[in-house]
Amino acid sequence: MLRDAALSALVAFGLFGPMIGLKTEVGVAAIELHTRPIAVLIAVAAVFFGRLGLLAWQSTRPVQKAAPGRMADSLAYIGRYLTPIVLVLTITMPFYAERYWIDLGILVLTYVMLGWGLNIVVGLAGLLDLGYVAFYAVGAYSYALIAQNFGLGFWSCLPLAGILAAFWGVLLGFPVLRLRGDYLAIVTLAFGEIIRVVILNWTTLTGGPNGMSGIPRPTLFGLVFNSGGGKGSFADFFGIEPSISHRVIFLFYVILGLALLTNWVSLRLRRLPLGRAWEALREDEIACRALGIDVTVTKLTAFAIGAAFAGFAGAFFATRQAFISPESFTFIESAIVLAIVVLGGLGSQLGVALAAIVMIGGGEMFRDFQEYRMLIFGGALVLVMVVRPRGFLSGRTPSVSLGAKKKIGANLMTEGHG
Amino acid sequence: MAYVLQQLINGLTLGMIYGLIAVGYTMVYGIIGMINFAHGDVFMVGAFLSLIALTALSGMGVTSVPLALALTLVFAAGIAALYGWTVERVAYRPLRGSFRLAPLISAIGMSIVLQNFVQVSQGARVKPMPEMLPGGITLMTEDNFAVQLSWMQMVIVIVTLTLLAAFTYLVTKTSLGRAMRACEQDQKMAGLLGIDTDRTISITFVIGAALAAVAGLMFLLYYGVIDFYIGFIAGVKAFTAAVLGGIGSLPGAVLGGLAIGLIETFWSAYFSVQYKDVAAFSILVLVLIFMPTGLLGRADVEKV
Repeated sequence: MLRDAALSALVAFGLFGPMIGLKTEVGVAAIELHTRPIAVLIAVAAVFFGRLGLLAWQSTRPVQKAAPGRMADSLAYIGRYLTPIVLVLTITMPFYAERYWIDLGILVLTYVMLGWGLNIVVGLAGLLDLGYVAFYAVGAYSYALIAQNFGLGFWSCLPLAGILAAFWGVLLGFPVLRLRGDYLAIVTLAFGEIIRVVILNWTTLTGGPNGMSGIPRPTLFGLVFNSGGGKGSFADFFGIEPSISHRVIFLFYVILGLALLTNWVSLRLRRLPLGRAWEALREDEIACRALGIDVTVTKLTAFAIGAAFAGFAGAFFATRQAFISPESFTFIESAIVLAIVVLGGLGSQLGVALAAIVMIGGGEMFRDFQEYRMLIFGGALVLVMVVRPRGFLSGRTPSVSLGAKKKIGANLMTEGHG
Repeated sequence: MAYVLQQLINGLTLGMIYGLIAVGYTMVYGIIGMINFAHGDVFMVGAFLSLIALTALSGMGVTSVPLALALTLVFAAGIAALYGWTVERVAYRPLRGSFRLAPLISAIGMSIVLQNFVQVSQGARVKPMPEMLPGGITLMTEDNFAVQLSWMQMVIVIVTLTLLAAFTYLVTKTSLGRAMRACEQDQKMAGLLGIDTDRTISITFVIGAALAAVAGLMFLLYYGVIDFYIGFIAGVKAFTAAVLGGIGSLPGAVLGGLAIGLIETFWSAYFSVQYKDVAAFSILVLVLIFMPTGLLGRADVEKV
């Protein structure tokens, strides 16, 4: 055991020695090296004791499989009570929280919505989409462009943004549907990058790296939100003191509504034949084909519906920020949304919401450790895949069943190679 | 004419670098059927290791350029091989036999980890590096345009060709190569016949990572600037090269690398530099749709 840990420490020294120990700094004349022996020592010691602890824990714990049904049962039990609590806390949030928290809530809810949207594609249909942020970008830029060039408001643009994103989803989905899972992932990734590069360089249309600003804010049945009040404003109509926080609260409810809509639609879709076809497709594509499911149509709808929700979220993002630039639509955004879906448990709605709260909310609170945030995200992705490949909350109920519903634990589920 | 020739030289050099990375993708894909998403980042780590080694060596007073390059090559390849081994051991091996998206998601996680590890440990700033081998030979002059073949480009081409030759020998002639090919054909059967499949897969990762690190050194010397983000774009392009050449095929990977290098260079020279990544990515999409087996690949028969 000690030997194993010592070996791990040795490997860690090889890995960390040069990278952490010798930092290259851009000096005046040439590149300079700075040594950091203490940091290396800490990293190597951490690996040594971590490995030792892991081995010790593994040797004391008898090898056993957790009772399959019970874990999922207890999760479902907790979930039944947790869902309404989280929902009530969220709905009432503007009444007790401060401005900062509501802003954070809007951000988290945007990611919850993106997570639920991507969950349709990845969690339900089992298509790994690494370019999801492209549809988010399409939604945001569609809204910004339509609003600026044709003077339409947020509410008329919202469906348009969704439709355009879905259109792009179909456009991308059509040719790539024949591809295997991992090829599909790479192609969607390439597509995401293409969209970003085009946005970045098509300066006359999108403003290039400078982005687009002055995107109109949303209105409530024609009532505008502004800090000055005045005729036709929300504050004037209801005869209350004008305040900027009205708009923040309004935005909060808009995104909450949109997110809940996403959730409701995907829950309903799961019960339709289409949704069941998605889940069947995820489990075994060949069996699906043998059973006469139209694989192309099924995949396309998953792509299009997932993309549409990303488009809605994108339009919301644009209206909330009033400014968008290609910076916001990098691959890392796709990776974050994917991480939320994966950590939450592929296919689990509550899990996705909790993962978004923990990752985005938690990440914002540890702003000081900003640069370590993505490191932890990546590490968490690997760890979850190794420890619980189905995510933390991955128990599922059959969407349709005869008689009483039975829980199926994650570890009872296996998958074919589609 | 001269301009075309110059672009040809530049494109081939760039293609060699892509080819070296693509070999790692194609080998891993051939043997365990997964896209090693973190491979591009191992390439980036290799470039950083080279920078560190070169700086340290010049600090220690090694002035001979060939010696410094040779030592750096060995050091970067060795440490990067360790990275490759660790990545496989930590993120992929426990997932063998898991559901099909699991290794890919884990690989994406690993890629993010490597990128941000380098960002945290080496800083986010772009690292410039003075030119080590200035000059070259002028091949021809036409209308005041001199076609240059720099020493650097020659070194890159020679080192790459040597490594690929050695590697081809390893795969086709040695017992290790036979074990690798056996695992590629049928892992379970190879295991039954007494091949240590885990070890073979580990070695595949180690070799792939070492080649990627050499590519990283070449990239550093050729472009003179690196940052922690180079692995992503270079990785996707090298993957495109592997797919274009026919994934699983070694000569295909090199051929694909050269093709991508040439296409990118000519695209930048004649159309637009801004859209050169779009060109490479579009090729990936087109190849996958219309020619999924690539140039030299075998048709993939799916068994149920």
